Amino acid sequence: MSSSTQSILLAGVGGQGILRASDILSLALMEAGFDAKKSEVHGMAQRGGCVTSHVRYGTKVYSPIAKKRDINILLSFEIMETLRYLDYLKPGGRVILNVAEIYPPAVNLGEARYPSDVIAMVKNHVNNVKIVNASELADKAGNSRTANIVLLGALSSLVTEINADCWERVLRSSFPKKVVKANLAAFELGRNP
Amino acid sequence: MKALMSGNEAIARGAYEYGVTFASAYPGTPSTEITEEFSKYDGVYAEWSPNEKVALEVSIGAAIAGTKSMAVMKHVGVNVAADPLFTVSYTGTNGGLVIITADDPSLHSSQNEQDNRNYARFAKIPMIEPADSQEAKEYIKLAFQISETFDTPVFLRSTTRVSHSKSVVNLDEPSPRKDTTEIRHNRDKYVMVPAKARLRRVEVEKRMEKLKEFAETFPENRIELNNTDVGIITAGMCYNYAKDAFPDYSYLKLGMVNPLPVKLIREFAAKVKKLYVVEELDPFIEDQVRALGIDVVGKEIFPYTNEFDPGVIEASMTGGSPDTAVELPIPIPIRPPNLCPGCPHRGLFYVLGKMNAFVSGDIGCYTLSFMKPLEGIDSCVCMGASIGMAHGMSKALGKKGKGKVIAVIGDSTFIHSGITPLLNTVYNRSDVVTVICDNRTTAMTGMQEHPATGSTLQGQATKALDFVSLGKALGVESVHVVNPLDLEATRGVMKEELAKEGPSLVISQSPCALLRSKTIDEIVPLTVDPHVCTGCKVCLRLGCPAISWKRFEDLGDLKIEKKTKKQDGIAVIDASLCNGCTVCAQVCKFDSIREVQ
Repeated sequence: MSSSTQSILLAGVGGQGILRASDILSLALMEAGFDAKKSEVHGMAQRGGCVTSHVRYGTKVYSPIAKKRDINILLSFEIMETLRYLDYLKPGGRVILNVAEIYPPAVNLGEARYPSDVIAMVKNHVNNVKIVNASELADKAGNSRTANIVLLGALSSLVTEINADCWERVLRSSFPKKVVKANLAAFELGRNP
Repeated sequence: MKALMSGNEAIARGAYEYGVTFASAYPGTPSTEITEEFSKYDGVYAEWSPNEKVALEVSIGAAIAGTKSMAVMKHVGVNVAADPLFTVSYTGTNGGLVIITADDPSLHSSQNEQDNRNYARFAKIPMIEPADSQEAKEYIKLAFQISETFDTPVFLRSTTRVSHSKSVVNLDEPSPRKDTTEIRHNRDKYVMVPAKARLRRVEVEKRMEKLKEFAETFPENRIELNNTDVGIITAGMCYNYAKDAFPDYSYLKLGMVNPLPVKLIREFAAKVKKLYVVEELDPFIEDQVRALGIDVVGKEIFPYTNEFDPGVIEASMTGGSPDTAVELPIPIPIRPPNLCPGCPHRGLFYVLGKMNAFVSGDIGCYTLSFMKPLEGIDSCVCMGASIGMAHGMSKALGKKGKGKVIAVIGDSTFIHSGITPLLNTVYNRSDVVTVICDNRTTAMTGMQEHPATGSTLQGQATKALDFVSLGKALGVESVHVVNPLDLEATRGVMKEELAKEGPSLVISQSPCALLRSKTIDEIVPLTVDPHVCTGCKVCLRLGCPAISWKRFEDLGDLKIEKKTKKQDGIAVIDASLCNGCTVCAQVCKFDSIREVQ
């Protein structure tokens, strides 16, 4: 199998800035000299539904989506969503999870309970789990809407193939001038909390 | 220069580089961004047409006038455009004409999963199919070259994973533009009356014969010889999935899926021990390979339904199970897509859900209201079907259906294909109440302009269609405009109209929540007074993502006196999500929902 290809899965809820984060990640991988592909689904799924984005890189990437049990890193933007994609992780794969809770409709209606011990359940299956409070760090960076970039920063510490200069170049080119500073700060807080 | 582009962006770029100057389309996932991106390049004309049939006819006209033009649509859009499609195959084109069909295996955002490769065979039109963004950029050029060489419309087929995946693309400079337009009369070729069409019919067969020869040497139909124990014939994104799963096998990668290169297929089959066809949806290639008398493995092991991924192909070919579920102690609640906070459809469907009527629905965001808790729509078939179906139901039910049949349709969808069935309710006289859910945009596909918004795709101010005048001109006598964020008024108008004889039209008008948040100066979010809320849960029945239920034990330090014996919690509004539509405040009988001070 194409063992040199690495796969990252970003998962969460529509509106959390997942596609933006995966765009920036893919651009940085391309800038770092990799063949990179990413895939996600637009349209109906965006309206508050589950959103996933597969990002794959290596010397030559064929499929833009990974098969199950083939993900090296799962970056989860919402705590419960982590559980939905555990079966995509490779044995030995790593998880970064954001503690944000977004209730699905059945929970809001009081028809289902939001799971209370997600971190324990994840740790039961995965040894390497990194926990991030992205909205707290985003506030610290001065812009509550940069939580997705905090998480990208947290991911960057595991994607060692991209150096800090490359990240900064891509981040600077990805935002309008007035919010570049907050996003760079958010990235840094995620990378080195 | 390199860029990371989606398949859709790459198709637009390729068209621009090749000197295409004309595009017409109706938005539809996963095709929408092709036309949006193309419209931004210099020196091009691009339009949102009212529907795909019009879009194709517009592009046919532009091609006959000598431009390179493309008509862009999703798979089901080709159904709408099928009428001109089958005959433009006879007339051929003058300038290049490419029809882009973006199919949606897995129905990510569609009502069906049809395989539009069948249209290519059915209408006798060549079809090419790229596998990633770089190919998408090159294949649109090849499509135009084939069109120009063989005087034929050409299909370029994409799928959701090609359109919406991003990969690395090498950019080229655009070729210089020449004005090739002029009026050329050629009635033998373009007037498809029987006497002339019979002659063109023969030309179509001759053209297909030439294209079959062309396919044999078309460089994008290529054999990659490797381990010859297994040979795989495949095309489009499936090539990438298969290569990912089995990089060492031999491949016949088809860039052109209609017509197929028969000699090349025979040559490849002779070189490998075991032959597979890997294709999503229908056994389109497989059936044709079998018809050549070649032994092949296909749909007996691969699924007919849903998109593939490397895991599906691997599991099918090795007999393994793709089931890799991780066992969890609790079920994870599902997270379906939902109407946005402040969506004007919420108020309308809250009211309609309580009307004890059959609500014949249509295609758009509002279709989501079929789910709990609104349960406001009873059917959804295709664009425009709401009104025709409601009329048929009303006629069939007779007196039993009086005041009980409602059609709901979005503004863009109404323009797409709701006008003629509305006319039918007048002409053939039924009691249907048609509601246009007018949110002033094409919301579901990402806020495109349409003929009632007053602006074109390329940002020109234009005449805006007036639904009230249109309804009256069609002969609807009772036409009302109502704001769906005003529940009392909406309920009142609906009751009145359902009681009337004959067809009526209600325009439920309020801008999409995503437009509203951009246009109003200050959004004042609402909040629940925890000491007034009785925990009756009526507001939760709106299904607004900003409103959630908190049990008393989850409230931390906040001490609340129970209003009833049974009360076990309160409703809470997330101010960061709320956009102040006030519908929840209107349903609260206890006046516990107020503006944030």
